[in-house]
Amino acid sequence: MQLVLEKRAERSNTIALISPLIAIVLTIVTMVVLFAILGKNPLLALHAYFIAPLTDSYSLQEIAVKATPLVMIAIGLSLCYLANAWNIGAEGQFLVGAVAGSWIAVKTQGTDAGVWVLPAMLVLAAAAGALYALIPAICKVKFGASEILTSLMLVYVADLFLDYLVRGPWRDPHGFNFPTTAEFDPVATVPLLIEGGRLHLGSIIALLVVAAVAILLGRTIKGFEIRVVGAAPRAARFGGFNSNQLIILTFAVSGALAGLAGIIEVAGPVGHLQPGISPGYGFTAIIVAFLGRLNPLGILIAGLFLALTFIGGEQAQIAMKIPLDVTKVFQGILLFYVLACDSLILYRFKLVFPNRQVARGAG
Amino acid sequence: MQAHQRMLDPTTNGLHSGESPLLRTIGLTKRYGDFLANDAIDIDIWPTEIHALLGENGAGKSTLVKAIYGLIQPSAGEICWKGQPIVLSGPSEARSRGIGMVFQHFSLFDNLTVAENVALGLDGKESFKDMSARLEQVSKTYGLPLDPKREVWQLSVGERQRIEIVRALMQDPQFLILDEPTAVLTPQEADQLFVVLERLKAEGRAILYISHKLEEVKRLCDTATILRGGKKVETCNPRLETAASLARMMVGGEIKQVKAAAGRQTTVPRLVVNDLSLAPGEAHGVRLEHISFELKGGEILGIAGVAGNGQDELFAALSGERLSKDPGTIVIEGLAAGHLSITQRRKLGAAFVPEERLGHGTAPRMKLSENALLTGHAASGMVHHGFIDTAATLKTVDRATETFDVRKAKRDPEAASLSGGNLQKFIVGREILRNPAVLVVSQPTWGVDAGAAAVIRQALLDLATAGAAVLVTSQDLDELAEIADRIAVMFHGHLSAPLATSEATREKLGLLMGGSTLEPKEAAHAVGA
Repeated sequence: MQLVLEKRAERSNTIALISPLIAIVLTIVTMVVLFAILGKNPLLALHAYFIAPLTDSYSLQEIAVKATPLVMIAIGLSLCYLANAWNIGAEGQFLVGAVAGSWIAVKTQGTDAGVWVLPAMLVLAAAAGALYALIPAICKVKFGASEILTSLMLVYVADLFLDYLVRGPWRDPHGFNFPTTAEFDPVATVPLLIEGGRLHLGSIIALLVVAAVAILLGRTIKGFEIRVVGAAPRAARFGGFNSNQLIILTFAVSGALAGLAGIIEVAGPVGHLQPGISPGYGFTAIIVAFLGRLNPLGILIAGLFLALTFIGGEQAQIAMKIPLDVTKVFQGILLFYVLACDSLILYRFKLVFPNRQVARGAG
Repeated sequence: MQAHQRMLDPTTNGLHSGESPLLRTIGLTKRYGDFLANDAIDIDIWPTEIHALLGENGAGKSTLVKAIYGLIQPSAGEICWKGQPIVLSGPSEARSRGIGMVFQHFSLFDNLTVAENVALGLDGKESFKDMSARLEQVSKTYGLPLDPKREVWQLSVGERQRIEIVRALMQDPQFLILDEPTAVLTPQEADQLFVVLERLKAEGRAILYISHKLEEVKRLCDTATILRGGKKVETCNPRLETAASLARMMVGGEIKQVKAAAGRQTTVPRLVVNDLSLAPGEAHGVRLEHISFELKGGEILGIAGVAGNGQDELFAALSGERLSKDPGTIVIEGLAAGHLSITQRRKLGAAFVPEERLGHGTAPRMKLSENALLTGHAASGMVHHGFIDTAATLKTVDRATETFDVRKAKRDPEAASLSGGNLQKFIVGREILRNPAVLVVSQPTWGVDAGAAAVIRQALLDLATAGAAVLVTSQDLDELAEIADRIAVMFHGHLSAPLATSEATREKLGLLMGGSTLEPKEAAHAVGA
């Protein structure tokens, strides 16, 4: 008797839907084992991770706030990944967007600049993120350089550039030498949706992005082009679609969305530019994109779920002294299981009983 | 458990009575999921016999020989070798017992020499020098000339096949399986192969010869086993059958004859190629050399030739998947189009059907409606202001389904779930429904069942009758003879002057396919070589 993977005649849509759920269940089982090894009560830990954050309004808002950049970045990444373009550097594009947008905020600080400041920051951040993403895209198209490596390496360039700015030219003179800019003026700040709460306009923008990309992928020829270039490159060329143009386009769009997410984070929940504005949103968004099946609606749900793990991780740290890094372990294991379960979409497990008795008996 | 003692096959002649066959399968069954690829197949192979295995694509021929060669394990039934039941753990055990196989798709490394390739395929422990010497000796003995030091990429397809055959013969097999060996050969090369096979038979070896070319089987084979839908239909003596009766057994019914409309009129030139030369896009590709032809409306031009002589490159150049620097080299509907993209050429009224159905002609994991959009998005009203008109794409699927009898499990399945024949009918239908002025089609019925092949050939004839210019590239000379008005031959990137089909005998085409010209002196020289 042996267990074999057998190819399905047609992809299973049922499995495509439940594969992320299987992955989540497997991840939780693994986490239970991990908590037990750490000497923590697994049930209490799971409660702190997944249930406690859902029980008060502040945490619920905080989940939406954390999900906002995750969803925006992941939506952009999903376009790249559908088109077989591997943008791993969304973290860098996020930071560059944050820096570019902050430049306007820093330069208009204390002036009587009007309401144009915030829109200008958003536009500039998106443009900067797009241009930054175009570096690996153009290197890929012109020179055949692996976009995986180049986009990843540019993350560290962006990180150190931001570090330099807030420790040098942009440092707040009244900030007790902390590496941070001054708090942004109100016109340079993303407005809150609820007075005194945490939810801000960025979440609405993220929802609009989800809707726009859902229409793009489902209804338009451009969306079809993106899907077919990734699914069958040679057929796409036969269809008259240019994969190089598409690499440029999807990288630019995902860079723009990451940059936009960056400035919204800085001009919203953070309120000023400083190092460590991202707890790895650009990388976690890769998990969100795959957990969400590269589907806009799926990404929205996956983004909320991953945001929950961030908040839950903080609560578990406070309540049970579980290290915050366990959250990253959780996210890594989750990605691993998602990719593993995805093979069930095209394959199925089968028990095989080889029938050799006849031959052996006769011999 | 005791193996059943079977009655001798009624068709075997008196010679065999009392002996046991070299190889026998009893109730051999292979199941893939719910699908029975082989359903209780009994076959006997005797020494000094060339045994044909006939059947359409998907009849189970490949599955059967894979089981006999140890590549797959049967789900049920048994294989007896010289009267003893055996279980083959893999091809190397089959080889060590004396079973050899020559595959249709060669497993050769392009950048290695002939001798290196042979050495890689042998299990023996002899030195490279001894092996090379034996290689030369075997190739000489059987009249299969090979230079052990040449690199494979420099060799023709026929020579590559020789490597595979010599490699199999170096194991001194008592039983040799050949999978469609003549599919890639010129008629003359095929004749040479038959001499070798007759000789192997005279040495007392058995040969299992997979083919769907019935005339060839009648000429060469002593016995034929016909498979259909995974089951054995019949074992017979092919020399006592007609090609038509063999075809009936393969298909399980009459095949519709393709009819050309009488009095087809040729009109204006719709596709003109002027001195087209193009460097290959990839390593070991073929350079197109000064190709010129003119194709009028109402006309079907066939391009014959052994695979790998530039047909793929010509298709890419005509379709616009590869662009030509000089716009005037390709003229579609009177407009210079060499520099135009495939989409722009489609807008001029051209349509294309590539050889590979899955992955080139269609995106395998996308629905048929999406695959209709793949080539229809530019010129068929399926896109309005960038938005897809899903109803229009589905309508194309429905029309193609109805017009060309595409059989599928649901209205809009994934392309990969269709059988080869049905998917090809869909692809050809998708293009013909756009009413193209020019249709360029490559291997229209490759790997397609006889019923679907007839539908597709009829569709191409009807399209030409309606006034379109049709260019068909095919390795099947019978197919070209059936539908083409003129036939040209590709060799090493050159295209010969077209011959009227009535004058294009197999001999003439065979010479052109082998690189000779038709001038009497040259032709004589080529035959002598």
